[in-house]
Amino acid sequence: MAFLDKHKAIETHATLLMVLSLLVVTIGGIVQIVPLFYLENTIEKVEGMRPYTPLELAGQEIYMREGCYVCHSQMIRPMRDEVERYGHYSLAAESQYDHPFQWGSKRTGPDLARVGGKYSDAWHVDHLTDPQSVVPESVMPKYGFLSNVKLDGKYIGDRMSTSAMVGVPYTEEQITNAVADFEAQADPNADTAGLLERYGKATVSNFDGQAGVTEMDALIAYLQVLGTMVDFSTFTPDASR
Amino acid sequence: MCAKQVTKKTARQVETTGHSWDGIEELNNPLPRWWVWVFYATIVWAIGYAVAYPAWPLIHGATPGLLHASTRADVQAEIDRFDAANADIKAKLVAADLQSLPANKELMAYAEPAGASVFRNNCAQCHGSGAAGVQGKGYPNLLDNDWLWGGDMEAIHTTITHGIRNTTDPDARYSEMPKFGVDGLLEPAQIDALVEHVLAISGQEHDATLAAEGATLFADNCAACHGEQGKGDRAQGAPNLTDAIWLYGGDRDTIKHTVTYARFGVMPSWTGRLSEDEIRAVAAYVHSRGGGE
Repeated sequence: MAFLDKHKAIETHATLLMVLSLLVVTIGGIVQIVPLFYLENTIEKVEGMRPYTPLELAGQEIYMREGCYVCHSQMIRPMRDEVERYGHYSLAAESQYDHPFQWGSKRTGPDLARVGGKYSDAWHVDHLTDPQSVVPESVMPKYGFLSNVKLDGKYIGDRMSTSAMVGVPYTEEQITNAVADFEAQADPNADTAGLLERYGKATVSNFDGQAGVTEMDALIAYLQVLGTMVDFSTFTPDASR
Repeated sequence: MCAKQVTKKTARQVETTGHSWDGIEELNNPLPRWWVWVFYATIVWAIGYAVAYPAWPLIHGATPGLLHASTRADVQAEIDRFDAANADIKAKLVAADLQSLPANKELMAYAEPAGASVFRNNCAQCHGSGAAGVQGKGYPNLLDNDWLWGGDMEAIHTTITHGIRNTTDPDARYSEMPKFGVDGLLEPAQIDALVEHVLAISGQEHDATLAAEGATLFADNCAACHGEQGKGDRAQGAPNLTDAIWLYGGDRDTIKHTVTYARFGVMPSWTGRLSEDEIRAVAAYVHSRGGGE
């Protein structure tokens, strides 16, 4: 075929070959990626999702720093056994403000997508400090050192601005008040009206039971909000998925 | 061996591609037949797949596919199938009178194993896989007959449904021990005396003089919740201090810590996470562990 004979022209010109290869790969990429941005059913809208509070966001940073995702997934798959064990299967919307998402790829420990509210704060402190003291068969390492590191939230506003750049809807007001909200959430005696007004439902507690904000506070605040934002009593699954 | 093959094929006059580098020619052997057919088969399969399953992105959504496959519908159907299989017994369990449930052999035959699996998944992390709690850590043992908030079916059911001292359930059981030390309600010397009294009523070695002094302090500060005899009050979740069962430990130092800083054990509310039949099943399981009243 005469058309196929033209191959020779492409194969013998490296630049032309590269330009045309790029073109082909671009078409493939556009077909696969672009619909994810405009299709309405990629991320269905659900009631209750809000960006993380500054303290929870700091907790997620610690979660990532300590590599929790290496052993814990945050992704309940739509299978009966998982739904029975962990609760309602995860929705795409539930990780829409995670950058990066924490789905994980391996479960040495249990899935944590709905661990929020399942245990008391004191249990989390006991368990993170010495996992075997409450779950003797656990192979999890000890994270007691988190209680010793105080946090001042100095850079959390910058962290929120960075999230905002990639589409997390943090408002100016939320970013300006980042440090105040950061401290208020870990102090039950603080004035939390501003925090609750800016974020709606948020758990205020002295998570680690000691004065000041520590990494333990931040991590537990994060764990306690996981999977609790969406109210599944009012959720109707879209049948198209 | 390679060279030999090439020679052989050249000898059979295989067509070349016309490419030639320094006199080395590229042969144009046909692909193996089986490979070609498998390749065509995958193309046919892909077309069939794209028609049958969700595939092509359009303006408002993807093509649904002829089979209308939906993972969500599949998992829901499977859950419904198991729910339907247990629907009768679950309905009976939910309708049953709680107090007489442990005597109902038919229902207990379902409730106990069902409750056991709920327990292992949700309760064992604090109360231990054998329900013995964690001694000295504030996670109560559920095997003995020493109950903080009551050990009959109604009480256990209420505790599981609403939890204790949590912030998420307005009906959670609630009481708060004052921090006698850190809030300055008692002087350090008074706390020492009080601790001796608690050691005395729990039948441990103690300083009798201090204990006598502590008895008055106990009557003034502690008796409202723990009772005049220190036998506790289930309405307020106040532990019995006269037995040898301790939630956080009964030695001198631990009691002093408890009086100074107080304790505030929290149990989550299970409404929402567990269904009514699961709560009843796990209540029956806990009740049947030996301490049920």
